[in-house]
Amino acid sequence: MSAVLQTLVNQPYKHGFITNIESDIAPKGLNEETIRMISAKKSEPQWLLEFRLKSYQAWLKMEEPTWANVHYPKIDLQAISYYAAPKQKPKLNSIDEVDPELLRTFEKLGVPLHERMALAGVAVDVVFDSVSVATTYKAKLAEVGIIFCSMSEAVLEHPKLVQKYLGKVVPIGDNFYAALNSAVFTDGSFCYIPKGVKCPMELSTYFRINTEETGQFERTLIIAEEGASVSYLEGCTAPAFSSNQLHAAVVELVALDNADIKYSTVQNWYAGDENGVGGVYNFVTKRGLAKGVNSRISWTQVETGSAITWKYPSVILFGDNSVGEFYSVAVTNHLQQADTGTKMVHIGKNTRSTIVSKGISAGRSNNSYRGLVKVTPRAAGARNYSQCDSMLIGDQSGANTFPYIQVRNNTAQVEHEASTSKIGEDQLFYFAQRGVDAEAAVSMIINGFCKDVFKQLPMEFAVEATQLLGLKLEGSVG
Amino acid sequence: MIYKDSKPILEVRGLSATVNGIEILNGLNLTVKSGEVHAIMGPNGSGKSTFAKVLAGHTAYDVTAGSVLFEGKNLFELAPEERARAGVFLAFQYPIEIPGVANSQFLRLSYNTVQAQRGKEELDPLEFDDFVREKMKLLEMSPDFLDRSVNEGFSGGEKKRNEILQMALLDPRLAILDETDSGLDIDALRIVSQGVNLLANKDNAIVLVTHYQRLLNYIVPDFVHVMEAGRIIKTGDKDLALELEWRGYDWVGAEYNAKMATL
Repeated sequence: MSAVLQTLVNQPYKHGFITNIESDIAPKGLNEETIRMISAKKSEPQWLLEFRLKSYQAWLKMEEPTWANVHYPKIDLQAISYYAAPKQKPKLNSIDEVDPELLRTFEKLGVPLHERMALAGVAVDVVFDSVSVATTYKAKLAEVGIIFCSMSEAVLEHPKLVQKYLGKVVPIGDNFYAALNSAVFTDGSFCYIPKGVKCPMELSTYFRINTEETGQFERTLIIAEEGASVSYLEGCTAPAFSSNQLHAAVVELVALDNADIKYSTVQNWYAGDENGVGGVYNFVTKRGLAKGVNSRISWTQVETGSAITWKYPSVILFGDNSVGEFYSVAVTNHLQQADTGTKMVHIGKNTRSTIVSKGISAGRSNNSYRGLVKVTPRAAGARNYSQCDSMLIGDQSGANTFPYIQVRNNTAQVEHEASTSKIGEDQLFYFAQRGVDAEAAVSMIINGFCKDVFKQLPMEFAVEATQLLGLKLEGSVG
Repeated sequence: MIYKDSKPILEVRGLSATVNGIEILNGLNLTVKSGEVHAIMGPNGSGKSTFAKVLAGHTAYDVTAGSVLFEGKNLFELAPEERARAGVFLAFQYPIEIPGVANSQFLRLSYNTVQAQRGKEELDPLEFDDFVREKMKLLEMSPDFLDRSVNEGFSGGEKKRNEILQMALLDPRLAILDETDSGLDIDALRIVSQGVNLLANKDNAIVLVTHYQRLLNYIVPDFVHVMEAGRIIKTGDKDLALELEWRGYDWVGAEYNAKMATL
């Protein structure tokens, strides 16, 4: 790899600072006592404690999955703490009561929490380690009947809704990390869009892991009733620690008849240093149930961080004529490993799914797309279009594609296209000969490569994602 | 055209260069002045294309001896993109494809970068669109070129026209055209040549690297050089190209060797 490419991919991580704040941290290790402690701290109802304990029992019988194309030393799940929260007043009535140190932290991350300073038209819930510290525009959203709050609050304030949907899309025994999350999840966001309501602003959650040797286990649940629609975005960062942090989230989406959920992620967890020391292990289960007729669930993700990413945002296309979409850009550099993709399970008639995956590998990283398109016998007229493109930067990175296609209905149409390209010396020389330096050239090539995905992002975040990618790959070209 | 008061644009002295340790250029000398059109001819493997790439600064080639002055300044002190901004233009023999990047975006970025270097105004997308469409008319290019990815799926002729379009946009002091005639049919050759002729003036210079005399019927050179084994062994006027056309290259080498033997 030439020197220019090298410097281009090797920009420092700018969110790697640590907030000094007094925290309430649980002792390391996991057993029933830990779970009872978490449940008690959150004053949870009995049914939720039982949900957690049942998940824990299921988890104890499960094995950590090894089928993904990622390699790491076995994680000692007894060596991390399952709960960490900044000490603060028991109940906050307004943003002004939030610890100023926390407000400064989020301002530094570009997520101001005062509504007067906040991004216009975006309501934000911020999760710091294990707890949600603030949610903006809550009152304004409540006017149209939208519930947007932390999961902990939802459990207390809207228990029936939570109980009705929690664990219904991702069952407790779904997989090793989902079971673990179901046992120990601490916070996350909850959104409920009532019948016929089009959410008037973008909803967003910003996740921040601050404490070393903790795990973040967030749980997000979004429900769109008949004819409702919502666009939701999550962003993630963490300080640069030399130890690894575990992030095992579960996100569940439910779309009823004619409802529309668009879920976008810009994931920029700390990725570890150039020798692969430190970084977040991002083991996430995200799934949407397009339950109603004509419902639509769309996932867009820009994955740039994490030492290891293991993530397959999926859609169960249950309702007739329902639509599932997955648009992904995954960038890996240095020694990062990503095994990401989607599952589209066609159950209803005339269901349609689209998969557009763009993987960019630089440094010595390894980037895999893994996807399943499944058409069940009753899904007459199902259609899928998949496109998986990989781009290699330099000559030490790897890209893999693992598409699985199972079709059990002969009226289905499934298309898969794949390509691999490389940013080569000759392309950069061509740009240089026209006066354009390598940095601008790489940025233009990458943006061209990713444009089908970026155009799916909400405007503000498309800009952020483009810049993030520029920073990420600065120095990778040479 | 040769002008009395012309200034040297390119002065190459004893240039040697290697690729992967193999010597390709071996003591090349050449002076190009403003207003002039030079043709460099020679058999395959004589080092013509290498010379073009060394001038543009391709990193695969190592300069091992000699000097090159561009408008009096040491060319080798400049990175490839700085050479381009200073006015060195290379029309590639095999223009590379850049999937996903629209030609219009690429052309505008290139144009604005070079304009900024010259202290001139950059153009926004709408202004640039008008500007580039005018230039495209010269080369009889259809407007859909702008929306397509750079060189992707272009025919050989389309790629070469795109190169000359870039030359027209960047208005270089020194344009090196590396086998621009290869792969062109007669009509495309005529259009491309007309374009180049329109761009030639008394302040710039053109170096044509070519195998065949055919191109020189359209772009008439002031000097014709014959290259062999990495150096120029004979220089003449446009008639030399015609002579090469019917006699081949062998006699030039023989004549050169005989001359060297007497020294």
